[in-house]
Amino acid sequence: MILDWLTPEEWQAVALSLRVSFWATVFSLPPGIAVAYLLARCEFPGKQILNGIVHLPLILPPVVTGYLLLLTMGTQGPVGGVLKDLFGLVFAFRWTGAALAAAVMAFPLMVRAIRLSIELVDPKLELAGATLGAGRLWVFATVTLPLILPGILVGAILAFAKAMGEFGATITFVSNIPGQTQTLPSAIYAFLQVPGGEGSALRLVAVSVGIAMGALLLSEIAARSVSKRIGRA
Amino acid sequence: MSIDIAVRHRFPGIEIDVAFTAPQGVTALFGRSGAGKTTVVNAVAGLLRPSFGRAVIDGRILFDTESRTWLPPHKRRIGYVFQDGRLFPHMTVRQNLLYGRWFAKLPKDEAGLRHIVDLLGLGELLSRRPGALSGGEKQRVAIGRALLSGPSLLLMDEPLAALDETRKEEILPYLERIRDEAQVPILYVSHSMPEIARLATTLVALRDGRVVRSGPVETVTADPDAVTDLGVRDAGSVLTGIVSAHHPDALSEIRLSKGSLFLPRIQAPVGTSVRIRIEAQDVMLALDKPDRISALNILPVDVVAVRQGAGPGVMVQLALGDDRILARVTRRSADGLGLRSGLACYAVVKSVSVARGNVGPSPAV
Repeated sequence: MILDWLTPEEWQAVALSLRVSFWATVFSLPPGIAVAYLLARCEFPGKQILNGIVHLPLILPPVVTGYLLLLTMGTQGPVGGVLKDLFGLVFAFRWTGAALAAAVMAFPLMVRAIRLSIELVDPKLELAGATLGAGRLWVFATVTLPLILPGILVGAILAFAKAMGEFGATITFVSNIPGQTQTLPSAIYAFLQVPGGEGSALRLVAVSVGIAMGALLLSEIAARSVSKRIGRA
Repeated sequence: MSIDIAVRHRFPGIEIDVAFTAPQGVTALFGRSGAGKTTVVNAVAGLLRPSFGRAVIDGRILFDTESRTWLPPHKRRIGYVFQDGRLFPHMTVRQNLLYGRWFAKLPKDEAGLRHIVDLLGLGELLSRRPGALSGGEKQRVAIGRALLSGPSLLLMDEPLAALDETRKEEILPYLERIRDEAQVPILYVSHSMPEIARLATTLVALRDGRVVRSGPVETVTADPDAVTDLGVRDAGSVLTGIVSAHHPDALSEIRLSKGSLFLPRIQAPVGTSVRIRIEAQDVMLALDKPDRISALNILPVDVVAVRQGAGPGVMVQLALGDDRILARVTRRSADGLGLRSGLACYAVVKSVSVARGNVGPSPAV
């Protein structure tokens, strides 16, 4: 019925956005957890620089981030060119590029949420794990990771929501090609540009609000049940 | 089995420079907070990297700054019982207990688990999570967890300090059982002399980052010269006696190397060796044998030494056969009685603490 309620063109935008946000979230989780752990638990030279780079997309105008992505990850760019030659991986003007842009923009939010939850884990518990024979990786896997699951969940949902709403960097990096890179926000923008498009725009706005609310509720429920399971509630 | 430890490390404001050898049994690190006790155990566990030093358990080097050896904490096989328990909140008691076992690559040993569970009375708790345990229960689980990791040395950093008196009394008997049954040497950090008198075989007293006294608990606690190092309030001798009889009037008799003490009935069979502590301030001295007095414990002793303290008090070391007892009297009394080395007199003991099973401090009669 939601399929009937939306035109195929609108539905395409919604489905693309869900796909882009899903993969953006999934692929940023491992580096997100790693960077959050580095920032929360380790001292190393250049820590502030890493911190700055991670947070840059949060403070830069999204258009600037998108343009920087185009410069580096485009087929002519230094990184994008190599990826294309070696792996045949192309980001520019593809849905993968939309996912990359969304991931970069959502990364700081995810890292912040996970970092906060790591900082809440008592390092003394990790030391106790070490005295019981667990090496650093094992301590992380058996003590830290289970205890920060709620934080990871919150980080993932935040990142997903941010990815769903990403507009500036996406449109700059991969443009606004229906069915390829036209995500939900780009579609709303496009509909508003043509006469008689308000109906479509409004329907997409409703879908977007629905997804956001759903994600928020889901994260709340999931975080609560995980907290209970790990004995934190 | 012996453990050699040397740790030198500078913190802002204090330099720790401690070296001692711990024989089999319980070695107590005694001293006020800030004396360097925790620094030493953390270095042994590998949680703190001292500037200089070494720790060797039976030839196995844990760290040695000279040969640049440093075993990471997870390879040391040290069981560490922290003051605050540090149980993993997301695991059940059972999972907590088995955590170290898995990493030590020890075979699955249900009998071993059951033994520790029985030893520490954890049977009812196995499926619970730490959040649902009392402070004393948490600490017992923490002790079990450390023991089950198959350690070559057990470190206990004030494991009772965060508990109230009742809970302490609840745990002490378990600690005594571990000392007697588990063949693991224990390094026990404490600032409580009664606790040490009950548990420790060797005493290493620290002050301001240095070792000021060390030796068998009986010897150090009976040394009047050590009193200033241990603290006048904590002065008291530790003796070992044997339960020789239970009398029908609810008294137990404990035989010392010379003479006997009478105490309210203690729960230990005749022939059991018990450790007792007599605080210096609970001993009165009399030149003639007191007659028509309610005290039952009047021991014929010889004065060995009289040590003048800074205040109005005097510490008197007394010989009772091979045992040594400390008495704290005022300087006025000491002068009045003419106390001096070699003088024979009588010690009236007002109170004795017994360590064994569930027997706590009990007044002498």
